[in-house]
Amino acid sequence: MNLLWLQSGGCGGCTLSWLGAEGGPLFVALADAGVELLWHPSLSEASAGEARALLAACADGRLPLDILCVEGAALRGPNGSGRFHLLSGSGAPMRDWIVSLAARARHVVALGSCAAYGGVTAAGVNPTDACGLQYDGGSPGGLLGADFRAGGGLPVVNVAGCPTHPDWVNETLIALARNALAREDLDDLCRPRFYADHLVHHGCPRNEFYEFKASADKPSDQGCLMEHLGCKGTQAHADCHMRLWNGSGSCVRGGYACIRCTDPGFEDPGHPFAETPKLAGIPLGLPADMPKAWFIALAALSKSATPARVRENAKADHILRAPTVKKAGR
Amino acid sequence: MKRLVVGPFNRVEGDLEVTLDVADGAVRAAHVNSPLYRGFEQILQGKAPADALVLVPRICGICSVAQSAASAQALAAAMGVTPPANGRLAANLTLAAENLADHLSHFYLFFMPDFARAAYRGRAWHADAERRFRALSGTAAAEVLPARAAFMRLMGLLAGKWPHTLALQPGGSSRPLQASEKIRVRRQLREFRRFLEGTLFGDQLEAIAAIDSVAALARWRAGRGPGAGDLCRFLMIADDLELAKLGRGGGTYLSYGAYPEAAGRWFPAGIWDGGLRTLDSANIREDVSHAWYAEAEAPQHPARGATVPMPDKPGAYSWCKAPRWAGRVAETGALARQAVAGQPLVRDLLAAGGGNVMSRVLARLIEISRVLPAMEAWTEQLAPGEPYCVVGEMPREAEGEGLVEAARGALGHWLSVKRGRIHSYQIVAPTTWNFSPRDALGAPGALEQALVGAPVGEGEEAPLAVQHIVRSFDPCMVCTVH
Repeated sequence: MNLLWLQSGGCGGCTLSWLGAEGGPLFVALADAGVELLWHPSLSEASAGEARALLAACADGRLPLDILCVEGAALRGPNGSGRFHLLSGSGAPMRDWIVSLAARARHVVALGSCAAYGGVTAAGVNPTDACGLQYDGGSPGGLLGADFRAGGGLPVVNVAGCPTHPDWVNETLIALARNALAREDLDDLCRPRFYADHLVHHGCPRNEFYEFKASADKPSDQGCLMEHLGCKGTQAHADCHMRLWNGSGSCVRGGYACIRCTDPGFEDPGHPFAETPKLAGIPLGLPADMPKAWFIALAALSKSATPARVRENAKADHILRAPTVKKAGR
Repeated sequence: MKRLVVGPFNRVEGDLEVTLDVADGAVRAAHVNSPLYRGFEQILQGKAPADALVLVPRICGICSVAQSAASAQALAAAMGVTPPANGRLAANLTLAAENLADHLSHFYLFFMPDFARAAYRGRAWHADAERRFRALSGTAAAEVLPARAAFMRLMGLLAGKWPHTLALQPGGSSRPLQASEKIRVRRQLREFRRFLEGTLFGDQLEAIAAIDSVAALARWRAGRGPGAGDLCRFLMIADDLELAKLGRGGGTYLSYGAYPEAAGRWFPAGIWDGGLRTLDSANIREDVSHAWYAEAEAPQHPARGATVPMPDKPGAYSWCKAPRWAGRVAETGALARQAVAGQPLVRDLLAAGGGNVMSRVLARLIEISRVLPAMEAWTEQLAPGEPYCVVGEMPREAEGEGLVEAARGALGHWLSVKRGRIHSYQIVAPTTWNFSPRDALGAPGALEQALVGAPVGEGEEAPLAVQHIVRSFDPCMVCTVH
């Protein structure tokens, strides 16, 4: 199964994240799964004319294209011309290349939130009229249109994340190669459910602080980041605390808020990223599926029951008070 | 005169197109185009100042921490806060980890695979280079990627993840490493040291860092057999292809200085043009005469600059602006950083043959050998229990400048806050310096100069010499235009 990887309105960070994949040599693992990298802009030998010839062969069907991966948003501006990104050496907008290649591909994969929904490239005034392959923010449509289906029958598979996790990419690609990814394996935003059916909150190491609403006030504090510092881990669809990043990391483990980067529109939250918007002292963004009244009642109850250990440690950058050691009975 | 348009130019970060005017077997003029515009400077306007910490790393997936560091510095300057020692050390470690990983990726994944090309079949070293460095399938990639991934475990510890961390804050680091975590960091550093010494250098880092002249380099090489590490492989190829005669730079090398220590930056800031000059960032201007942007009356300092796209502007040929220092074209990167910092071999290389393909690549490797031991020392200096981060307030009206060194060279952020919001945010990235288009006086940018004279073989559509020169700069095009 061959794979063509293109980059457009993005930072290249999904490729760099992917190169950090653990568990043995990356290219060997892909080859073992039967995935052959036809061309990747950062990694392949073929340059310039050789690369253009390869792309053209895929676009006109002479070379079968099994998986088209796109990293970065599609840029439609200025004025609908697509000229904010011309594929160098071709004089044609990358947007047009993506459309003609997607029409030939058996599977189309959007790598990262820019390719999926527009992402950070579409933030603010969206200077380049950026959008995702099949979504414009949270609205179906985007570059290819809501009705697009790749040759294999699937809509664009959105491996959203900013960046996306190396293993979200690898497991998606390998599932496609094994013919083991069906529509019902994708969620309502076409993200693979193997990671999007979880919440970042699952496995959060600050859970005890969360339970007792013992909150961090400033970066480097150990407490829960939800009440004051903008954390959206209880609403964000991803398994970051179950598989971790770069060995042992995650945003929250790094001491900063989950910004819900796997969701469309995360780039413009309507409040400063590292501040929790509140109404009458209650955070506006509550945990997914939780009735508001219950949350408030439970929060009030747990706050009043917070152990001094948890309360003090929450506002320190190291453990001030260790859990009590139970003396063994005689 | 024949015109060649080379693109897509791969194994560089981001999008690049190079137009060459060729006559009598050599490049006579080059025009460098950055064909992707995203508009981060427009996106940032009107945002809460601290939101820059989320947005600017996403300018670039390969220089993400450098963008964070510049932003944190600009915000800290505007807020008037100084990180405590632990915060400074953690930021140094995080940025150094990114810079070394980038140097490694550049050497093994971007630069060396060109020597495995069929065009070099017949060279004595080709079979070995093909086995070792062939893109995707060479033995080096299978060793380097796991070593790199293991090294990036540092990022999981220091910064939560890479790329795109929020751990670097104006007041320090959000990630307070504890005593046992210091041991884990040290372990990752030692593991990476073993890889570098065994695979890349074939010698101790300290022995590499101590090579202090071109003559000493020759002596060091004479003492090693074939296959004594990939540095020796590179030097052999560089000799045979005369890479030291390829891609001569303009002679002005700029560094903002890197890695703040208690007594100032470990690598100092400055300009090297055969002598050392003071770098005053007030002397920087961005010329947009040949870029697709609306022009002010004269080139502006970035603190007063603007980014207003004008896609139909006549005479323009790139989305890249043209930064100039005191009106001069300057080259930035590891070569500049080490020259300014006084590394004797790098200064000797510049005296012998200027900036060129060989000296640019070698300077990165020399830098690796210097920075990893420094990371080991910074780790020892971390003092768990002492603060990692202080808080500050952003005034309603403020300005700040953040100057750091990314792997690829000098990166500057200029921030202005009005009524509590970002009024202006201007970014000048390393490759903006190196790959700038012509300025109003017609002076070509650093790469445009370095390409002149590059040999072009009969029938070559994407001349190999041009590819070596371009990749020797380790360009990052997504940073360049942002």
